[in-house]
Amino acid sequence: MELNFPIVQVLNEDGTVVQPEYRERITKPLTMTMYRHLIRTRTFDRKCVSLQRQGRIGTYVPYEGQEACQVGSALALNDGDWMFPTYRDHGAMMTFGRPLTTTLLYWKGRTEGCVPPEGKKIVPPSVPIATQLPQAAGAACAEKWKGTNNAVLVYFGDGATSEGDFHEGLNFASVFDAPVVFFNQNNQYAISVPITRQMKTKTIAQKALAYDIPGIRIDGNDVFAVYFHTAEALERARNGGGPTLIEAVTWRYGAHTTSDDPSRYRDQEESKKRRETTDPIKRVERLMQREGWWDEEWAKQVQAEVDAEIEQAVTEMERYPKADATDMFDFVFAQPTWTIAEQKEAYLQWKRGMAT
Amino acid sequence: MITEVGTKSLTLVQAVNDALRIMLKEREDVIVLGEDVGKNGGVFRATDGLLEEFGEQRVIDTPLSEAGFTGAAIGMALGGFRPVVEIQFLGFIYPAYEQIMTHAARMRSRTRGHFAVPLVIRAPYGAGVRAPEIHSDSTEALFTHMPGIKVVCPASPYDAKGMLIAAIEDPDPVLFLEPMRSYRAFREDVPEGKYAIEIGKGKKLREGDDVTVIAWGAMVPVAMKAAEEAAKKGIDADVIDLRTLYPLDKDMIAESVQKTGRAVIVQEAHATGGLANDILAVINDTSFFYQHAPVERVTGFDVPVPFFAYEDDYLPTPSRVLHAMEKVMRF
Repeated sequence: MELNFPIVQVLNEDGTVVQPEYRERITKPLTMTMYRHLIRTRTFDRKCVSLQRQGRIGTYVPYEGQEACQVGSALALNDGDWMFPTYRDHGAMMTFGRPLTTTLLYWKGRTEGCVPPEGKKIVPPSVPIATQLPQAAGAACAEKWKGTNNAVLVYFGDGATSEGDFHEGLNFASVFDAPVVFFNQNNQYAISVPITRQMKTKTIAQKALAYDIPGIRIDGNDVFAVYFHTAEALERARNGGGPTLIEAVTWRYGAHTTSDDPSRYRDQEESKKRRETTDPIKRVERLMQREGWWDEEWAKQVQAEVDAEIEQAVTEMERYPKADATDMFDFVFAQPTWTIAEQKEAYLQWKRGMAT
Repeated sequence: MITEVGTKSLTLVQAVNDALRIMLKEREDVIVLGEDVGKNGGVFRATDGLLEEFGEQRVIDTPLSEAGFTGAAIGMALGGFRPVVEIQFLGFIYPAYEQIMTHAARMRSRTRGHFAVPLVIRAPYGAGVRAPEIHSDSTEALFTHMPGIKVVCPASPYDAKGMLIAAIEDPDPVLFLEPMRSYRAFREDVPEGKYAIEIGKGKKLREGDDVTVIAWGAMVPVAMKAAEEAAKKGIDADVIDLRTLYPLDKDMIAESVQKTGRAVIVQEAHATGGLANDILAVINDTSFFYQHAPVERVTGFDVPVPFFAYEDDYLPTPSRVLHAMEKVMRF
């Protein structure tokens, strides 16, 4: 089965384009855009880990190593499409247009972190595993039945394929030919449990056979493979071709969250080695060098711009008005029920009394 | 029998069907989905004829997966539809509990109102029809405890129609519990057109000064029967049909208990953690000094809803309710 689902690359580790049909489409401007987003997402992720260490945000979920999965897939979306992310997909969300400040507010424990920019259909990250898959199938049905041209992109990890909702979501979507792309980031570990303990199958892509939908296994560290194959799957979905399962094989360099120590369950030498060999950013640099597009000054400028943008967002997050207790009461229902209204009133009165 | 102009005589399950038909006709965003709701018209025929009238884009037979189609309905609601999902029996809702608890009921709160889930989940519930095991649960308290969802439970055809229409028009998720035992137990004249009954309001079924009896769903006829028996013994009961289980009609409960000074709560479900305890809390908070006797609860037991050979012993009966009424009168 592994042979039927080989890992597809467009750009190999050396930065060589190995699929000639994409040669023409890998232009200098597109490559520069990819590079900028990759640097932006990585720098942001590192900044967040550091903010967590300093106690300036709460527990944080890093994605370093998976940037190509998130950037490449998010750039394949149209503005009107839906994104159903998990808690590790803020790289995808920020690439799709969620402001950095919003992302920081989420990790600061604020509900403002779940409000997408106007017009962007970014659903709050799913924190339980795989529950977003049936929802994405339903949102896709809604778009289809409304007769729009919008599609849905839903993310999930390798561990999610063991959940019932994975099956229920893919099954539902396939029965109704829903315009949804199921984008699996197989980083090979669900916290500490390796993929060999999640499933007997050698690939996740082959599970598509059970739903009679296209399944493809791609190199998740190859931003071009991710971008082109996600775009093709989205296009097929828009044109009535139904759902696709994409398995993007990748690796998270660091911990599951900032509360986790990966050295307890795996050899972190592997991560060190991968930083040199399969890194998603390094291979884009190699491509640019190979093509003569690499400009050290430009790269420095990209880094400086990204740093400034992130600093600005951190400042905005830290200057945000203090969380207001009334917020937790006011948005449960369109109109608060009497129990909530009474509890709010009583609590605020008590709090005012305590303050004086 | 000649019915009044503009009304028709319907059973509770027919009233549900009538409400769905009216809303499917009136609003293009209303869709009905679940297991067997299409061609089969639902296992209780609650959706009978709707597929033929509205087509399979509006009345949708789904794969057999409670979490899957409830989750999908959340996505559809986000995408602008007003899905009405049918869970075949309340005892089968548990796979969908996570979708309801973690997503449907929380979406508005998580996003400060940016996204909402106007979803109605219909579920027949309760024992008393000799159903196979697991088909007879009445676990409403699992949902009244859940913040972000309203829970309603009509006892009559008139209320079922008006409350289902209100539930579909509600901007937030609503669990709509249908007493299976009352589906075809009696008919009632129901207005033909559209009308909505406000969620959160109970209904006074009987006026009396001696004791308040509070019930909902399938326990309403039990409470009424007990009240009739009590009347023969000179006990005059005030009977409240709660209709909405969250949010409770606090004012109606308080007003009645302050008048009578005594209360009996009739609950089909298990005692511990049940809704009766929340009603007790309302009485405590609003009417402590009016009480002439401790409140009595007549409930199911803290055992799994039994196989049907035992269900007559499990379910509250008019005589158990009457016994409780006499007890609070004697205190």
